Amino acid sequence: MPAATSSPLGLVIGIALFWLVLGILGLLLPGRPQAPARWLYCLGAAAAAALAVAGLFAIGRPQEAMVLPLGLPDLPFHVRLDALSAFFLMLLGAAAAGISCYAAGYFASGTGGFSGLTCLQYHVFLASMVLVLVADDAYLFMVAWEAMALASYFLVTTEHHDPGIRKAGFIYLLMAHVGAIAILLCFGVLHEGHGDYTFDAMRQAQPTVGWATAAFLLALFGFGAKAGIVPLHVWLPQAHPAAPSPVSALLSGVMLKTAIYGMFRVTYDLLPSIQWEWGLLTLVLAVLTTLFGVLFALMQHDLKRLLAYHSVENIGIILIGFGLSLIYFGTGHPVLAVLGLLAALYHTLNHAIFKALLFLGAGAVLHGAGLRDLGRMGGLIRAMPYTALFFLVGALAISALPPLNGFVSEWLTFQAALLSPALEHGVLRSIIPLVAAALALAGALTAMCFVKVFGVAFLGQARSREAERGREVGGWERLGMAWLATLCALLGLAPVWMIGVMDPVALELLDYSLAYSGISSHWLWLTPVAPERASYSPMIFFAVIVAVVLAAFGLVRALYHGRLRRTAPWDCGFPELNARMQDTAEGFAQPIRQIFAPLYRIESRHPDPFDRAPRYSSEVHDRFWDWIYMPIARATAFLSRLVGRIQVGRVAVYLVYSFLTILFLLAFVR
Amino acid sequence: MTASGAINQLVQLVLVAAAAPLLVGWVNACRAWLQNRRAPSLLQPYRVLRKLLHKDAALAENASWLFRLAPYVIFGCMWLVAGIVPVLATDLPFAAAADVIALVGVFAVARVFISLAAMDIGTAFGTLGARREMLIGALAEPALLIVFFNLSLISQSTSLTTIVETLGHSEFALYPSLAFAAVAFVMVLLAENARIPVDNPATHLELTMVHEALVLEYSARHLALIEWASAIKLFVYCAIGIACFLPWGIAEAGDWGALPLAVAASAAKLAVAGAGLAVLETVSAKMRIFRVPEFVATAFLLAMLGLLLHYVFQV
Repeated sequence: MPAATSSPLGLVIGIALFWLVLGILGLLLPGRPQAPARWLYCLGAAAAAALAVAGLFAIGRPQEAMVLPLGLPDLPFHVRLDALSAFFLMLLGAAAAGISCYAAGYFASGTGGFSGLTCLQYHVFLASMVLVLVADDAYLFMVAWEAMALASYFLVTTEHHDPGIRKAGFIYLLMAHVGAIAILLCFGVLHEGHGDYTFDAMRQAQPTVGWATAAFLLALFGFGAKAGIVPLHVWLPQAHPAAPSPVSALLSGVMLKTAIYGMFRVTYDLLPSIQWEWGLLTLVLAVLTTLFGVLFALMQHDLKRLLAYHSVENIGIILIGFGLSLIYFGTGHPVLAVLGLLAALYHTLNHAIFKALLFLGAGAVLHGAGLRDLGRMGGLIRAMPYTALFFLVGALAISALPPLNGFVSEWLTFQAALLSPALEHGVLRSIIPLVAAALALAGALTAMCFVKVFGVAFLGQARSREAERGREVGGWERLGMAWLATLCALLGLAPVWMIGVMDPVALELLDYSLAYSGISSHWLWLTPVAPERASYSPMIFFAVIVAVVLAAFGLVRALYHGRLRRTAPWDCGFPELNARMQDTAEGFAQPIRQIFAPLYRIESRHPDPFDRAPRYSSEVHDRFWDWIYMPIARATAFLSRLVGRIQVGRVAVYLVYSFLTILFLLAFVR
Repeated sequence: MTASGAINQLVQLVLVAAAAPLLVGWVNACRAWLQNRRAPSLLQPYRVLRKLLHKDAALAENASWLFRLAPYVIFGCMWLVAGIVPVLATDLPFAAAADVIALVGVFAVARVFISLAAMDIGTAFGTLGARREMLIGALAEPALLIVFFNLSLISQSTSLTTIVETLGHSEFALYPSLAFAAVAFVMVLLAENARIPVDNPATHLELTMVHEALVLEYSARHLALIEWASAIKLFVYCAIGIACFLPWGIAEAGDWGALPLAVAASAAKLAVAGAGLAVLETVSAKMRIFRVPEFVATAFLLAMLGLLLHYVFQV
């Protein structure tokens, strides 16, 4: 591809095509040999790394557009690479590089061995996400969006022999299409009946505030269904655990971000102006999503389902930044809006990295020990030391602990929220700190949840034979996780550089940026507003802790001694310690269940005093099923029965229906 | 970085670490006097540390690297905090490395590591302690953040030194929001430092302990580091409270003459705070563990109320 060397857009399209070719090669591989199959994923990982680099370099460069010689006659595919697309392509590449590398080991050694079909679906999924991110007309966007939904649907239902997984896939497909309809309608509103579906035409259009609001609400609903905003989150905890782990990582880490991308694209780019009321609505939904996600995550004992609920939570955190940015922009504070936007973008990137890492870690436990239920794990740090280390990095990052990356974006979100006194609107001004309070609570609960996960899964004594016999995963898996863990650390330690990279996105979307507003950051100190106002330096932070750890280690040994003796655990002198005496995942979260009991629907069965084999069970259910989805399902069933009455099974009657329909059309439609 | 700043920073780092066990000794002595007991020596905590450092470490057979690393990480976190909080002077070059939000983050890192370490051996008490510690932390941490948000709305900054400078400079103004924040802060201090009524630092009664359950498997130098870190934590919490709510007497940037005065003022205020803590611990009883969430949630809501009051009165 000669054009690729000169234009990043050509390179990006080339990578998408390359992935498609890899997928087809996977299908054609005769006899499914393991080694070549592995190299397909490795090549895919290399292409992903190239995509990340291309995205990184394209962010600061002028935008670039192209018309592809594809599509329908008179309806070619328009593609464009601007700063926003480039940022999300970088995110996709960075996460996919680690995930594909991991997949090289995972799919080749998994149960059932290498599947060419999975290879095809996996790479089609990746390529369609690239097309979603570079699409510059509604037509290509919807085609790529649907391709993404279908490819991921087939990946989710890889193990379709299990009826539970088929059901999860169905719910996913349903929600994806309800969302897609809303997105389609949103584009319909935006293009104002001109017949031109390019994004350029939509940018020129000047809808009234009412129509703009309608478009925003449709976008919020449509993309929200994909992102998992409460109450549209129900597919997420079903579909993400059902998929094979690298696919879960892609779904949670990357695909949810395409929905965030769509929201940003429509709101900042395609809509002519921004109303602060949209921001308020987003903020309220975001806070609900955040708290709901973490409170339900705490109740889970299936590791992958728990991680899926945390994705719901993190989408909420991203949207808090987004909502703040809309409020500030809508009320005429563009510099503050930049801060909110950067916080949202930073968290988007961070979540992609650490959530992918955590899902890969969960997959490693699934492969290495055959476990996904926390109740049967324990002590895996001894059998799987590398996985444990990488998972710990991911857990600390998602818990927003400094100096890792999750903290930086939460810190930025807090800073954006604390600038609310700049607003003139009294109520708005006092609501925003409440948002900060909710975010603080969510962060602290996340830390509790991940202490639970890491403590129950990797520490302590093995709770089952499988956990005892667990073995470390192979080199490719470890390499993939190591890459993502390194990114977690780098994004946490060098936020100033990363924000410099992201600044052009803000400049493009809001016509303002941190550099533009005259605030320059020292390379060591992150000072988003002013040095007296707030500063954070993860490098110094990290350096001090490491220095003190090393100094304390050395000094204690130099001044005293380093003698050590291994003995049996003390446990207040209790001699007969066994694994069942440890806290379980349910036990660890029990106080939270008690405190927030009204939020959950708990079904528990207590044993009868005379039971020979007493069993105790307790299940926590999502109330949104009862509140929203079951009524809708019942109404749909009812309407279907009504419609079913005109269905009598005789051809003559159906012909009469057709005749009447034609008469009606002739009479009323010209 | 100015020379005076660097010296302030060094003096403070050494002083806080060195004086922290003394504050614990002082609180213990005050409590003994209030309870009509003969007080142990003020230097008793130092002797305990020395004894522990001399002993051989006994480590459970299945302890992993995390268990051995955790005491050092906790100690490092607390020392970092000791360098950030203005105790004697507000001219601290380190302080820019972490504002109040990051400060809460450091406490969270220490809490997560001590809880993980407690779960490492897989004993009944360890996991029980970890669960309680994380629960109390999960509710106390947001409360602490909201207290800091109260302060930062007044001073328009989340940097602790700027907050202290602003509050120290302003003429005596009554901020109603600060009163709520101060009460909430004291409640968080009690909860986070394992004091009565949330936890009893003197207990080894198995079913009620939190902090003691966490460190049950630790011995010798590891235990010494953890106990020392806890002492620094208590010292630093008191220092934060003093700096934020009673900032008078702290030395400004470049003001050499004020330093001796600042030392005297700090020592006096810390002594009063320690005595107050002893009084609080003597007059109240330890509450049931199930009541603790209510206690901490009250602190959270008080701080929130302060936040709202700020908007009502200052607008």
